[in-house]
Amino acid sequence: MPLLEIKNLCFQIHQKRILDELNLAVNENEIHVLLGTNGSGKSTLAYLILGCEGYCPSSGEILFAGREINALKIHERAQQGITLAWQEPAKFEGISVADYLSLSAKSGEPSDYLRRVGLRPEEYLNRVLDKTLSGGQRKRIELASVLAMKPRLAILDEPDSGIDLLSVQEIVDVIHGFKDFQASVLLITHREEIAHMADRASQLCGGKIVFTGSPSVVAEHFKTRRCIICDGKQC
Amino acid sequence: MGADSAVLTSSEIAHLVAIGHNLVSVREIPGVSLQVTGGPQDISVRLKLERERKITNPIHLCVGVLEKSGTQKIKIDVRAAQRSAATLMAHCFFPAAVNVEHTMDALVDLETEAELHYLEGHYHGPWGGVTVLPKAQVRVGPRARFFADFSLITGRVGKLAIKYRVEAQADAIVELSSRVFGHATDEIKIQEEVVLAGKSSRGLVKIRVALEDQATAEVTGMTAGNAEGARGHVDCMEIVKDQAVARAVPVVSVTHPLAKVTHEAAIGSIDKKQLETLMARGVTPERAVDMIVRGILR
Repeated sequence: MPLLEIKNLCFQIHQKRILDELNLAVNENEIHVLLGTNGSGKSTLAYLILGCEGYCPSSGEILFAGREINALKIHERAQQGITLAWQEPAKFEGISVADYLSLSAKSGEPSDYLRRVGLRPEEYLNRVLDKTLSGGQRKRIELASVLAMKPRLAILDEPDSGIDLLSVQEIVDVIHGFKDFQASVLLITHREEIAHMADRASQLCGGKIVFTGSPSVVAEHFKTRRCIICDGKQC
Repeated sequence: MGADSAVLTSSEIAHLVAIGHNLVSVREIPGVSLQVTGGPQDISVRLKLERERKITNPIHLCVGVLEKSGTQKIKIDVRAAQRSAATLMAHCFFPAAVNVEHTMDALVDLETEAELHYLEGHYHGPWGGVTVLPKAQVRVGPRARFFADFSLITGRVGKLAIKYRVEAQADAIVELSSRVFGHATDEIKIQEEVVLAGKSSRGLVKIRVALEDQATAEVTGMTAGNAEGARGHVDCMEIVKDQAVARAVPVVSVTHPLAKVTHEAAIGSIDKKQLETLMARGVTPERAVDMIVRGILR
């Protein structure tokens, strides 16, 4: 049984269909890369899995460990082991990095998790998670926070995008951190070279998963920006 | 009264304790002169920092009304002579207030290169029966530095009307910060004004207000840049929950072509992204809201 199973998921906003009969499975202890171009619905899918406000499926099922979770709120899904590293992490006044990492930490010291994302604890633990940190620093802290939570399923939304982006090697190192405690990872990206670190990969186009298979095959397929549905018109 | 009681017994720490209009205790230390006259109508305090004296330990002002009803009027005159430095901590305590009025009229004068940190913390009971009226006129001399922080986040606010006006002379630095959490029918008015009168003076007004229930707030942060190289910023943020109502008025003015003053003001409910981020770590929505509000007021 897959850890995460999405069946015939549809989602639309203002009569515009964003996800269309989408099916996806992420297995236990699997690193699964989701490739898709900008606007293909990758982040929308992440918010639906997490249960964000305004992201209620029009139809279809999201199953986690065999149980439907459509009606659960974000914190209830998180308590079951689902979490998300946001593409653009939030800023917080008055909340220190140490406080933020301790929120979810099941074990271990916050400083250990900072080191895993390449940040020196002595420089960052007492800093406030506000606009004084760069986007890249907040992104690393976001990943450290997800690591500290030791989730069963970590959704990483484009850790390789934006200003001060993480290198492929840094992402590989973080992914290895999740493997240490047998977590599954759904890694969202539009860079096909990232796919090679995964166990499996899927390509999202036009609101559907158009291809799932070995990472190298999917990456090669994605490189051409052509899929079986749109033949390159949307990809 | 919001601080370790040992500060009142230490011979190295200057303090003043006044309950209502009764002077309970006062101590001067070398470099700090504290003259107090008390009467049935008010208490007058003259605090002087001697020239070139750097006072290591904070000076404590412990004031308040312990009964349900009462009045406390304090007039305070602070003079910091050239190159003196101190931290003044005011602990204002109204644990049982049902019908209490507390007025503080301050005149503060910082001479050249003096530095004063003024921290005012309020500890209120749960009934909201206190009216707090702090007023201050501050002159910050050349190259002097003045930092003020007002905090009322424990208990009910009641009615609060802050009115501070600070004038900064050449190369002076001013930072005014206020943090208030209003509940129930609390009424909050904050007016903080910095006049950057001297060349290359610097000013920051930072106001943080959180409101819930039917509390109301009107916040006015004003900065005027009147001299060459003056730089000022006004930063007001108010978070509202329930039926609370907030109003923010940032006022900036510039009368010199080489002065620059900026402002930002935000009023709104709890930020959805912040809320969902904390929830995605397993935090309940109620605790997440509390963390966000407490963080802003920290």
